[in-house]
Amino acid sequence: MVRDATSKDGPDIAARRRWMSLLARAPVERLEDAFHSLSETPAFVPLRKPEIGSVLVRARAGGAGQRFNLGEMTVTRCSVRLPSGLVGHAYVAGRRPRSAELAALFDALMQDPSHRDGLARTLIEPLATELDQARRLKVAKTAASKVTFFTMARGED
Amino acid sequence: MYVAVKGGEQAIDNAHKLLAEARRGDPAVAELTISQISQQLGIAVDRVMTEGSLYDRDLAALAIKQARGDIIEAVFLLRAYRTTLPRLGVALPIDTAAMTIERRISATFKDLPGGQILGPTFDYTHRLLDFALVVGGEVPVGPLPVTMADPEAVPRVTDILGAEGLLEAETADDDQPVGDITREPLAFPADRDVRLQCLARGDEGFLLALGYSTQRGFGKTHPFAGEIRMGTVAVEIVPEELGFAIDIGDITVTECQMVNQFKGSKNRPPQFTRGYGLAFGHSERKAMTMALVDRALRTKELGGEVTAPAQDEEFVLSHCDAVAASGFVEHLKLPHYVDFQGELGTVRALRRSCQNAAQEDGAKTEDGDV
Amino acid sequence: MNALACDLPAGFADPVSDANATFRAVLTAMSYPGRIVSLPVTVEVPAPLAPATGAILLALADLDTPVWLSADLDRGMVAAWLRFHCGCPLVATRPEAIFAVTTPCRDLDGFGLGSAESPERAATVIVQLADLASGDEVRLSGPGIATKSGLSVPGLDASFWRAVAANHQLFPEGVDIVLAAPDRLACLPRTTMVEETSPCMSR
Repeated sequence: MVRDATSKDGPDIAARRRWMSLLARAPVERLEDAFHSLSETPAFVPLRKPEIGSVLVRARAGGAGQRFNLGEMTVTRCSVRLPSGLVGHAYVAGRRPRSAELAALFDALMQDPSHRDGLARTLIEPLATELDQARRLKVAKTAASKVTFFTMARGED
Repeated sequence: MYVAVKGGEQAIDNAHKLLAEARRGDPAVAELTISQISQQLGIAVDRVMTEGSLYDRDLAALAIKQARGDIIEAVFLLRAYRTTLPRLGVALPIDTAAMTIERRISATFKDLPGGQILGPTFDYTHRLLDFALVVGGEVPVGPLPVTMADPEAVPRVTDILGAEGLLEAETADDDQPVGDITREPLAFPADRDVRLQCLARGDEGFLLALGYSTQRGFGKTHPFAGEIRMGTVAVEIVPEELGFAIDIGDITVTECQMVNQFKGSKNRPPQFTRGYGLAFGHSERKAMTMALVDRALRTKELGGEVTAPAQDEEFVLSHCDAVAASGFVEHLKLPHYVDFQGELGTVRALRRSCQNAAQEDGAKTEDGDV
Repeated sequence: MNALACDLPAGFADPVSDANATFRAVLTAMSYPGRIVSLPVTVEVPAPLAPATGAILLALADLDTPVWLSADLDRGMVAAWLRFHCGCPLVATRPEAIFAVTTPCRDLDGFGLGSAESPERAATVIVQLADLASGDEVRLSGPGIATKSGLSVPGLDASFWRAVAANHQLFPEGVDIVLAAPDRLACLPRTTMVEETSPCMSR
């Protein structure tokens, strides 16, 4: 689920957080398709090659109390630089080096005004729609198992 | 006496070959794929991720395959792999109130905002073996009536109860560092953050027995399952190079909030107290038992007297880890030839001195008789 | 942040094997106190960090190791470079540091010494130097030194060596020291005894 960006970050960061979260969830085939659809292949260089590591997952006692460490999860990160000097970063859950590399590339391209609108139209917004649809379908299927109670008798009456 | 021995390398190599053969089983039967395990043995995968303390479905499935289904061995494999990973970040605490719900029930409130949602549960099944699964493996599932609607907000039950002051409030002090037993050894007394981390990694069977013992009277806590919820939550990190939070993906977790009757103490009014359980994946029994044991371990903090095993943090936390426990138990298989030779010598010497003493006594008695 | 990130020096050319080689160099230097070990890698670092200092941090510092920089090193892109490549927290005070990086200093006050129970929690102090050579300005002895070893270190005065001698007295607590010239390093773990020999140092 994609959470709303908090307002304190300002509109640019909020927009970037949104596309980064969508790119982190994108299937690798979608990223490859978008990469091969670019009119010219960008000459990007790795600032940090894809690297697999872990992120410590934290939670709160009772959901809202003292923080504690639940465990770790695997993550892959990558950073790339475009010839223009723009830098893209990606951190994606799981062990997915190619996804991380392409997500970092698209993060860099999305910061370039000459690519942003085109990529938003062909990659980012369709991803947002698909992920939202998938989530709604899951919620709707789950809702079919919601209990409806019929009160037969009340003790205090 | 010290006897150095070496050898057995060839035997070990061949034992590994036999293990590989035994793991594979009859080659006429199709080999399991990792995705089959991760898709169709999902609950085992979730348990290995929880106790292995690493969320990665494919790795947990691989561990189960390699361990021939031995869950504790699979947990060990996943823990060992985890130590090879560089830690790239620490996530912000996950927000279970913002969960995309797949199951949510409360045993304390019938009507609650968001409703009771059963989800994929074994509850209400008849526990009859389903032989339809044997034949072709495919069981037709009737279509699910699906109505698309906007997702409803599903507040945590404890937040509803808490508003009235009848439930103790959870307080957060984020200036306090968070203990990490993978970096610093466990020390007593342990704070709740360290206890919860240990319990999350702890063996489900051991914690189940301890939770059960509190229900049977060994440290009663009068629990109710305030809420159990399972679903996906987003994980966010703040990378140093960005300086703002980004969302890296979703994980599935199961949360249990136990609500316990509490008569009050010198410092606290009568109110409900809480025990908390949280586990990776769909791990409901684990989350419930963790919540029972968490509450039992809070006995001293709530002004009670520690009398039962489940309330004794040193007993619980030192023994709940399956990898540590099996390591120490199973090391007894390793050669103890030298120790045992020493013990043999001691026992023989003791027996000799006993026999000698008995003979002397016998001789004295005979003397006396004469 | 991006303006910074795009100008950052690249660090190790081959992160895995360069980090391994640097780790091995530090391990060798720690095992044989006073032995001068050449830096086995080339590395791009931001000024005023020197290559050896930067390489040691790339190999050893990470998310779990807070790094403290002396004020004259905390300049330019150093902080941003460390955050990006090591992911290490940068701390403002000496006691918080696991790795402390400083230009020649006169004391070792305030660095974490570990405890009798956990001596491994002590800080490692990396002193960035202009030069470093074998010599007899200070004589070294102790574990890892077969007979004796000596160093000649321009820039470190008598007060520093007195602090190193006092540090040894704290064993099993005490800091471990890495002396880092641009292309070479030597170590003074807390087990090493130092003796000043040069008359100008006994002031």
